[in-house]
Parts: sequence; structure tokens; C-alpha cells
Amino acid sequence: MKPPAFQYHDPKTLAEAVGLLSTLDNAKLLAGGQSLMPMLNMRFVLPDHVIDLNRVEGLSGIKESGGALEIGAMTRQRDLEFSDLVKAKCPLLHLAIMHIGHRQTRNRGTIGGSLCHLDPAAELVSVAMAHDATVTVAGPNGTREIAFADFPAGYLTPAIELNEIVTTIRIPLWPAGHKAAFIEFARRHGDFAIVSAAALLQIDNGKIARASLTVGGVAVAPVRAAEVENAITGQAPSSELFAKACESCRSFEAMADIHASAEYRQHLAAVLSRRALEKAAGLADNAPWNRAH
Amino acid sequence: MTDKRTITVTVNGASHTKEVPVRITLADFIRYELGLTGTHLGCEHGVCGACTILLDGQSARSCLMLAVQADGRDVLTVEGIAPGPDTLHPLQEAFRDNHGLQCGFCTPGMLTTLLEFLRDNPDPTEQEVRVAISGNLCRCTGYQGIVLAALDAAKRMKAARA
Repeated sequence: MKPPAFQYHDPKTLAEAVGLLSTLDNAKLLAGGQSLMPMLNMRFVLPDHVIDLNRVEGLSGIKESGGALEIGAMTRQRDLEFSDLVKAKCPLLHLAIMHIGHRQTRNRGTIGGSLCHLDPAAELVSVAMAHDATVTVAGPNGTREIAFADFPAGYLTPAIELNEIVTTIRIPLWPAGHKAAFIEFARRHGDFAIVSAAALLQIDNGKIARASLTVGGVAVAPVRAAEVENAITGQAPSSELFAKACESCRSFEAMADIHASAEYRQHLAAVLSRRALEKAAGLADNAPWNRAH
Repeated sequence: MTDKRTITVTVNGASHTKEVPVRITLADFIRYELGLTGTHLGCEHGVCGACTILLDGQSARSCLMLAVQADGRDVLTVEGIAPGPDTLHPLQEAFRDNHGLQCGFCTPGMLTTLLEFLRDNPDPTEQEVRVAISGNLCRCTGYQGIVLAALDAAKRMKAARA
């Protein structure tokens, strides 16, 4: 298992990287390498050119700006994991990071790489969907922004052009004091989730003022459970409310593969959605499944 | 189309300058160009953890990096853990004394992973150790001896610092 032969390019600026991507045929961008390198080793991909983004200036960093977190595409998952800003302002992102692979892969893996690889079960993709993130891409004609709801174009396929590079992810923040939970069902710690659920709740005066529920691993990309969000908004949080509302997750279009049937994924979607909402609302503190992992 | 580059990498404190094909992984560079075969290759797609090295002090799977990406960087492999040829690191001593290995195939990755982990978390719980080594597969020990070794190593390293 060795990578195929290719030409290697390591641009130092974004303009240089965009230029290479626009002029070279059959080129692949290399970010953290935690998905592309296995695919090269297994020869699932056979690029003529690999454009390494690791030496491009200015593509990483985490800052708060205008009520949102702005995260550079080459920011390592490790840096998100240890960021006090992320922990304080965007708890869902912090919680989700702890489920991503292992320390060795988080040290290298990047947020932009994860979003562009767009694995259906990828935690960062679910977080971007849950928070209505915006992705900024740079191409030969300048930059443009893509709402994350429009970002997945299909299985492992982001809605960006072949000559575009993701530069920034903008995650709008929820008000201070909002609740978040991220849970997933996987065979072993660090494995790809079979199904995951990400919940955000804003509870004012005992009522749910705003809700966001995202289910990953079920369809070709994570989906927002809009029906559940609508059903619980304005209500007082309770396990009964969540259980009833989450039944609608059983009608999600679901994939079947060697790990789980479509029916099983739909079942997990309903169960994990309920659990994520319960956990976010503080209703599951004694639940047997709710242990620190 | 054998694109080649000359790179300079510091490995276990020694600087190496070599011309390498751009497509070879850091793992193959370490093993075949430098002859440091302590770094093991199990799966070559980032699942088994045997090839874990420290890159500028951070654990990484050397099968998931190109050698050219390590140009100008500092790499630590299992050969660089012991303080001298006749002395083991407390982590290695703890592995020896707690049956932390049988066949030894996973050991280089376990040691490098735990070296970073114990540096950042010098007083871990058993659960934290189990999560820390969750990216390293061992088929001999059932992990029990490795977990005991890691906890014992934390004590030894703390005593050594005191």
C-alpha cells in the first residue's frame, strides 16, 4: 500500500494555490491528510498532482467576529479541541471534536479537510449543519460564500468547483447560556459513527425558544430534523415531548451498508435524537448511556 | 514521473538530508531511507497506530504523511525515547515490568502515543489512558498490561521529576 506516483506542489500563498489548482489537470488538495492519505495509499484516488496546503500562509486560526466564530480551513482539529474560545462560545463544536478519531489524527486533521471530504458521519460536518455555518471559498475569480445547507452536493461531494479552495468556515454563535449535546453510536471509541445526533437548545423561562437538531450518518450528508425542531419550539422540555417528536426521524431517507441496515439507522436516528435533546436539556444526567467517554 | 525532492529532517536529534521520491510516506522514509525500523507499519491507512511518531512533539501517524511534508520538522521515533543506549525511559521500564507487550508490534506506537499523553496529562485516570490508546491496536495483551504500564509510568515519571 503505497501512494501512486504524482507531482508534488507546496505553494506558500493562497493565490499560488488557486493558480496551481486552476491550471493543473487531475489535481488533489492535501490538507491534514487523514482521509486523502489513506485513499492514496489504497489507490482509491490517482491524482497527477498533489497540492499541499500545509505551507500556505494565513489559512489557520480561530477568532470571534460579529457574533460568529471564524475558523481558517487549515485549523487543526487539535487546535479546536484545546481552544478556550471554542469551549466557551461554541460548546457543540468542543463536544463534537472529542468524538473525532484519535489524538494522533486530530493533531493533523483540519476542519476544512473534514468538511470537503464530507463523510456522512463526520462530526464537523454535523456541527456546521447544526450551526448554519457559512463556507468561504477562493477561486480564480475571487471569493464566494456558500450556506452550509447548500454545501453537500452528494455523497463525499461538496458543492464547490474544481478550481476552488475552502478558506474559512464561519459558525454563527448561539446566545450565551444555550445548551448543546453531541452523541453518537459507534462500535468502538474513535470509530466512524453509525449514527450521530447534535442538539442545540435555547431555553428561556422554561420554554424552548430555539432548537437545532442534526442527525449524521443516516443520509449521504447530515440532515437537520426540521420537523422535530418545529414540534418542540415553544414547548417546555420533557422526555415525553422529545420522544414523541423524534419519532419523525424514522422517516429519514437512510443508507444501508455493511455496518447497519437503513431501518436500523432510522431507529438510531430517532433514539439518538431524543437522547441528544434530553442531554442538552439536562434531563439525562442519570441515564445509563450518558457517561463520560 | 518520479518527482524527487531533497529534504532535511531532524530525527531523534540528528539531522538527515536526503533526496526522496515525493510520493513516499514519512513512515517509509524513516524505515527505508534512515534504517530506523523501530517504527512499525501495520495497516498503512491510519487505523492501527503502530507507525505513530512525534512530529514537533505531537503524535501523528507516519503512514498518513508524505516524507516531503516533514522537511524542516523534528521527528521522534521509538529509537529516540530512551535517554541512552544502556538506559530505558521510565515509560519503557513500566512496559517491561507490567507485561505491557508480548509480540512488540504495537509497542512503538503505544510508547510514542503515551509519551505525548503523559506529558500533557501527567496524572491520568484509567479511563483517560484507555481513551488515549484507543487509536492503537494490540492483538496480544487485551490492553490490560498496557493500561497498567501507562498508569505505573505516570507514577515513575512523577517520582523522577520530584
